[in-house]
Amino acid sequence: MAAVKKTIREINERIRKGEAVVVTAEEMIGIVADNGAEDAARHVDVVTTGTFSPMCSSGAFLNLGHAKPRIRASKVWLNNVPACGGIAAVDLYLGATEPTEDDPLNKVHPGEFRYGGGHVIEDLVAGRKVHVYLESYGTACYPNKVVEKDVVLADLPQAILCNPRNCYQNYNCGINLSDRTIYTYMGILRPNGGNVTFSSAGQLSPLLNDPYYRTIGLGTRIFLGGAEGYVTWYGTQHNPAVPRGENGVVRGGGGTLFVMGDLKKMSPRWLMGVSIVGYGCSLAVGIGIPIPIIDEHMARFTAVRDDDIFAPVVDYSYDYPMGTGNIVQEVSYGELRRGTVQINGRKVPAVPLSSYSRAREIAETLKTWIANGMFTLGEPQMPLPGSELFGG
Amino acid sequence: MKNTYVLHFDTTNYDKPIVYRLIRDYDLVFNILKAVILPKQESYLVMEIDGDVRQLELGLHYLQNQGVQVDPVTKNVHRNEERCTHCGACTAICPTGALAIERPSMFVRFDPDKCSACGLCVTACPPRAMEVSF
Ligand code: SF4
Ligand code: SF4
Repeated sequence: MAAVKKTIREINERIRKGEAVVVTAEEMIGIVADNGAEDAARHVDVVTTGTFSPMCSSGAFLNLGHAKPRIRASKVWLNNVPACGGIAAVDLYLGATEPTEDDPLNKVHPGEFRYGGGHVIEDLVAGRKVHVYLESYGTACYPNKVVEKDVVLADLPQAILCNPRNCYQNYNCGINLSDRTIYTYMGILRPNGGNVTFSSAGQLSPLLNDPYYRTIGLGTRIFLGGAEGYVTWYGTQHNPAVPRGENGVVRGGGGTLFVMGDLKKMSPRWLMGVSIVGYGCSLAVGIGIPIPIIDEHMARFTAVRDDDIFAPVVDYSYDYPMGTGNIVQEVSYGELRRGTVQINGRKVPAVPLSSYSRAREIAETLKTWIANGMFTLGEPQMPLPGSELFGG
Repeated sequence: MKNTYVLHFDTTNYDKPIVYRLIRDYDLVFNILKAVILPKQESYLVMEIDGDVRQLELGLHYLQNQGVQVDPVTKNVHRNEERCTHCGACTAICPTGALAIERPSMFVRFDPDKCSACGLCVTACPPRAMEVSF
């Protein structure tokens, strides 16, 4: 039984009156250390989190508006990046990792992947012109066979960021035990275990602060790409059944979120096209989730520290590509963030791929929005799979 | 001592065996990183020059006497602050520590004085914030 009990509705009431106490996940660490979880739960209403990093499995649904004469677009290119037109006449889905049609890819290894779907999304959000090319076979109702035009985001009737898998709860760290440099989505990995890369905001990361998804569910309102967005489903590859520490924190991938929001309100500071050398294109996405402190358990969970969060180090020269499931060892985000980890007794530099300073900025922004009454909490309409694992 | 320089040649000196004299007379070791040689137009070479400090100084002096404009390249590596997200990915490959993480702020500092203009960070940076121009 919890000693403190608050509902999201009560917390929203306090936000509207401008009385809510909102702190970031970093600040919560000290508050719980000084006053204990129960006292913290009584005083703090919301803890804000953040993460900003390349997130594959991102993209956007765009409606282009009808041309005259009409076209039922079956093939679509935006700035020469193919998009999926097999949805409806002028609806399309643009995936973040789709490279330009004539990209040399990895023919000259490692490929540069200068431009792709993520960059088109950034260009749109930045208000830049995007060249659209549509092809069709022509029908009685949609006779046009080719349409070519420049558009800006404001011209499009609808544009919805729709990311089937973002916000991984935790993730692998990359290492390379082979004798030559490899280029991966975990960055450039030097030979003979020369560096370890990691990609999580750790103690600031949303799902590491609510390890059993007790407050985050379908309908949770979030910071997405600089605007308001929603958790609309659990993400692809969502897997709550991974090993967990005594504090409930997952020791590997774990949960993921399916998120959506109005692209027209977002900003290029928080949606940035990225080129990962030797791997491909993607989109860096800024996400922040407010966590209501409904009881002392949530106060304890949101006070989690980098030193208490562990991630597996995986060899990306063999074990990852082969899918062996082997790990080299576990390391804490505390060690990773301080810049060196001990791997088999040897000191190895740790390199982040996810921006901690930007994650902090998101948590601060969300805190200001909520404290000013501009942003209230969404009440989850359905929990995520895995919420039943919490034992109290 | 090893430094990287951009050597700008003009229409009067592009076809002289200047680099050859640098090696022979000043005992300098060099590594050409980039060369743009256009007959009868302005040309440039980006070279890493290695050798004794005194010989290096004399060699650079010789180049200037030949009408070659010599610029150390550091000033030509630039970080586009709007694109830099301070992720840290570039610190995996920057050989000189010019790109390094400051703790505990986790901002990535770019120190042009430490930069050798090797250009490795250009493709290693996912948002392509690092720009090298000559
Ligand atoms: S990789 Fe690029 S964006 Fe990331 S810190 Fe380095 S310069 Fe900045
Ligand atoms: S060019 Fe880039 S990688 Fe090379 S030394 Fe300068 S900052 Fe470092």
